[in-house]
Amino acid sequence: MSADTVEHAGDTPGELQPHLELGLSDDEYERIRQILGRRPTQSELAMYSVMWSEHCSYKSSKVHLRQFADKAPRSDRLLAGMGENAGVVRVSDTLAVTFKVESHNHPSFVEPYQGAATGVGGIVRDILAMGARPVAVMDSLRFGAADHPDTARLLSGVVAGIGGYGNCLGLPNIGGEVVFDPCYQGNPLVNALCLGVLPVDRLQSKAASGTGNVVVLMGAKTGRDGIGGVSVLASATFDDEAEQRRPSVQVGDPFTEKLLIEACLELYDARLVVGVQDLGGAGLTCALTETAAAAGTGMRVWLERIPLREPSMEPHEILVSESQERMLLIVEPDKLDAVLKTADKWGVPTTAIGEVTAPTTSGEPGRILITWRDETVADVPPGSLVDDGPVYARPMREPGDLILLQADRAETLPRPADPDALRETVLRMAASPNLCDKTWVIEQYDRYVLGNTVLAQPEDAGVIRIDERTGLGVALSVDGNGRYARLDPYVGARLALAEAYRNVVVTGARPVAVTDCLNFGSPEDPAVMWQFAEAVRGLADGSAELNIPVTGGNVSFYNQTGAAAVHPTPVVGVLGVLEDVSQRIPMGFGEDGEVIILLGETHAELSGSEWAWEVHGHLGGVPPQVDLSRERLLGEVIADAAAKGHVSSAHDLSDGGLAHALAESCMRRGLGARVALPDEFTAGSMPFLYLCSESTGRAIVAVPRGHEKAFTALCTEWGLPWTAIGVVDAHGRELEVRGQFVIGLDELREAWSGTLPRLFDAERAVGMGPQAEAAADAAPETEASESAPETEASEAAPETE
Amino acid sequence: MARVVVDVMLKPEILDPQGQAVANALPRLGVTDVSSVRIGRRIEIEFEGEPDLDRAHEIAGRLLANPVIEEYAVRLEGSSQ
Amino acid sequence: MTTRIGVVTFPGSLDDGDAARAARIAGAEVVRLWHAESDLRQVDAVILPGGFSYGDYLRCGAIARFAPVMEAITKAVSDGLPVLGICNGFQILCEAHLLPGALTRNAHLHFRNRDQALRIESADTAWTSSYEPGQEIVIPVKNGEGRFVADDRTLDELTAEGRIVARYAGGNPNGSLRDIAAIASEGGNVVGIMPHPEHAVEALTGPSLDGLGFFTSILKHLAGMQK
Repeated sequence: MSADTVEHAGDTPGELQPHLELGLSDDEYERIRQILGRRPTQSELAMYSVMWSEHCSYKSSKVHLRQFADKAPRSDRLLAGMGENAGVVRVSDTLAVTFKVESHNHPSFVEPYQGAATGVGGIVRDILAMGARPVAVMDSLRFGAADHPDTARLLSGVVAGIGGYGNCLGLPNIGGEVVFDPCYQGNPLVNALCLGVLPVDRLQSKAASGTGNVVVLMGAKTGRDGIGGVSVLASATFDDEAEQRRPSVQVGDPFTEKLLIEACLELYDARLVVGVQDLGGAGLTCALTETAAAAGTGMRVWLERIPLREPSMEPHEILVSESQERMLLIVEPDKLDAVLKTADKWGVPTTAIGEVTAPTTSGEPGRILITWRDETVADVPPGSLVDDGPVYARPMREPGDLILLQADRAETLPRPADPDALRETVLRMAASPNLCDKTWVIEQYDRYVLGNTVLAQPEDAGVIRIDERTGLGVALSVDGNGRYARLDPYVGARLALAEAYRNVVVTGARPVAVTDCLNFGSPEDPAVMWQFAEAVRGLADGSAELNIPVTGGNVSFYNQTGAAAVHPTPVVGVLGVLEDVSQRIPMGFGEDGEVIILLGETHAELSGSEWAWEVHGHLGGVPPQVDLSRERLLGEVIADAAAKGHVSSAHDLSDGGLAHALAESCMRRGLGARVALPDEFTAGSMPFLYLCSESTGRAIVAVPRGHEKAFTALCTEWGLPWTAIGVVDAHGRELEVRGQFVIGLDELREAWSGTLPRLFDAERAVGMGPQAEAAADAAPETEASESAPETEASEAAPETE
Repeated sequence: MARVVVDVMLKPEILDPQGQAVANALPRLGVTDVSSVRIGRRIEIEFEGEPDLDRAHEIAGRLLANPVIEEYAVRLEGSSQ
Repeated sequence: MTTRIGVVTFPGSLDDGDAARAARIAGAEVVRLWHAESDLRQVDAVILPGGFSYGDYLRCGAIARFAPVMEAITKAVSDGLPVLGICNGFQILCEAHLLPGALTRNAHLHFRNRDQALRIESADTAWTSSYEPGQEIVIPVKNGEGRFVADDRTLDELTAEGRIVARYAGGNPNGSLRDIAAIASEGGNVVGIMPHPEHAVEALTGPSLDGLGFFTSILKHLAGMQK
């Protein structure tokens, strides 16, 4: 059967088309017909369905994301912002960095290894498309309850997938988070971040400019990966073969991606490409339309020139295939040979598939004309797919249970009342899945490759040297807290931002930019939409107050199981600059006799805390207050003090409060500490409050002997509250809180380190549980169903004017 | 001794980077007439008594193969099926 | 005259830049060698770096051994060319039969990256003369298939001939037989090591400076030969 052509579509206006099955509403389908002046061909219908999906069009989030641009602080560092593949920030006269975080949640539930692996692959190509060499990755992971039988399958697979892909690409994994909460049971969150570095003059454009330029597809062959949704368009009858035709699982090939990286960088350096775009969601369709729309040009594409993995593929399948490890290049005709030669050197298949065509004579943007074996299967205005998609201001309503939830405060829960109970609490917290040692995960990632990793997890932020000559470096942290955001999404988003910011400043770096991955339930649920709007507002306001712009990110909707959405989970990445990376501050206590000083103030803030959750299974009340000006102050003081040599280690306080921060700082290098509580925190349950409250804007620092006076004077001068709480004790291998308890470091470490191996070591991970089979069975259906399980939209910047 | 052999292969439409790498290396050995290589796993199962193909199918479907991306075939060693 | 150390890049090599940096810090002139070329460009020694050559999809190192550069290296080795294979480089040397045994999947089946203590067992090779026999060093280990295996006869031979260059100390990270972390060829010019000395040459980025000795050793060795 031959393909559905434009001519045929013109002749058969009444032919029924499965637009609903493809996720297009009646209204949206009607708009497509208006745009084209006829019914769309199969190929065109497939193209509109993927480009107008939540995934690519951000149709539900667009009206809110605008705030990131509207409220963004002015920054002369920003070379590329939202709307590009990733934000690009200048960090010196000659160098820029680019970074972005993106979700791959649903694919990771279906096939944890490949889902997570291709998540890393996708974000790496975004960074590559900006002209940067990818230099590090991070990952923010959320799973269901740690002891749920399916969690072992998911966590083992996801961690192995992230490691398998990132290690094979040669990118150090420098940080991230692993969080457990039952709300993520049927819908884990797998957010991957990539950092890249480029000379400022190597910044690449995605615009397909220059009439007559060649459109080149570089990388892996195109197969039926990720075409699940559009398989309803297959011309073959539905029989047993149909199942085979719709694999939704994309398999990653990191080796090909590595070659793609090296080949692209060589092409950029030789100035051989005019425009470049990675192929990700919506595959070739997205790359062709976005590059053309960005330049206002048109394109002529010969679809049969695309190398296929399966020769039986039909045009609409080729157009929406999400096969991995591919890039689209726009090349001047006289440079094509040089491009092909470089590609050949790296062994990357590369094919000229079309050419850039001129805008119309009347000055209108050009059209994309696609043929398949001499028949025209698509003839569309690219802008109609990219910029003119539907936009919805969806209804929003505060969740009905929020008032009651906020009234149920954790501050009223029974607290450990005596020193023994407090000691037990500290040990129990250290062993809790969320606070425990993550070595079991981290060891599966290469943190050394490329030789520029200065700090990596478990440090507060990852620190990478980006210029060996000058010692210039960047610090990066990615954080989120779904419980806080559930209690108050506006504050929760600001808390995530504050924590990432704090993690960066405790290394001595100065924050300069923000990226985010917004993981939410269904936007069709007004309560979820309200959470989303509040979180975006919080993040936009917060970044304005911190004076660092949101440079790009990702929205992931439909993270839910049945009617139950995950906690609203904005994950925030903050990037900071270290002029001299040798001045970075590590988190662990390092020298005997150094004075431990707590910066900031401690209030009775237990709602949403790790303690309330771990000990009481409680989630209620209002989250800790955020004071972003205090966070800025904390950053100023630490940077100032670090430059003067007043600080030898610093560790931020967050989940688990002071007690857990002290425990981590002791265990990092195996040095003990002796701590005394301030007088006003010695009676009743006040010691517990001091040790486990999660008040923000706090950090502990170790000050070298002889620097105490100068450091505290500096704090006072800046107006930052400080409390000298103890000393580092290198000889006593224990953490002592005077009048309360003593815990030997060995006992502490045993509690802290035993949890993950006990939960996840080999035997448990081998078998696929019943949940896995359910996921496998469900996979093709959910992919094809109208209410797509998850969409991951790039936050492109709606133009503001 | 009764032996059941389970062959696990990636489904035909799923990318096989391992097979592809081998195929690409063959020309270096002077082999130029191979168009495709796909790699799978062979698992041999020995039962204590009579070979139980139903059990073998169950083992293959639940554990040996990942039904999301792989398919499997079960046969008695030496038999043509 | 400066010593020229060649660092080979295969498609999928990842630690080639790190190996080059380490050799430079030790004082060598680094020459980058490309897998598809058989010209060794008059280098005095060669490093096969870590990574996943050709994706390592079949067996680690199985495809790399057929690269043109490996044919040239194999020939030169018989004339005494010193070669250090690190991680994937070690795997390639075994696949190319320049070293005995094989590297197999870690016993615990995970990729593992940690700071690892080693005991230098032989300071008699071209690549370890800067160390003292019995010296303990800490350098990163990071691999998924680093478990050295060989038959008993080979293991006995390696032991008897003093060709076990380094052993894991304070815990075996991958189940390697006889805790073997590094071995040498009969002539001592070819050494394969699973952990990564090139990641321990700078205080800022490594767990120690203990890895630098491999690179200073070869300079010392070559300088000795020129006399």
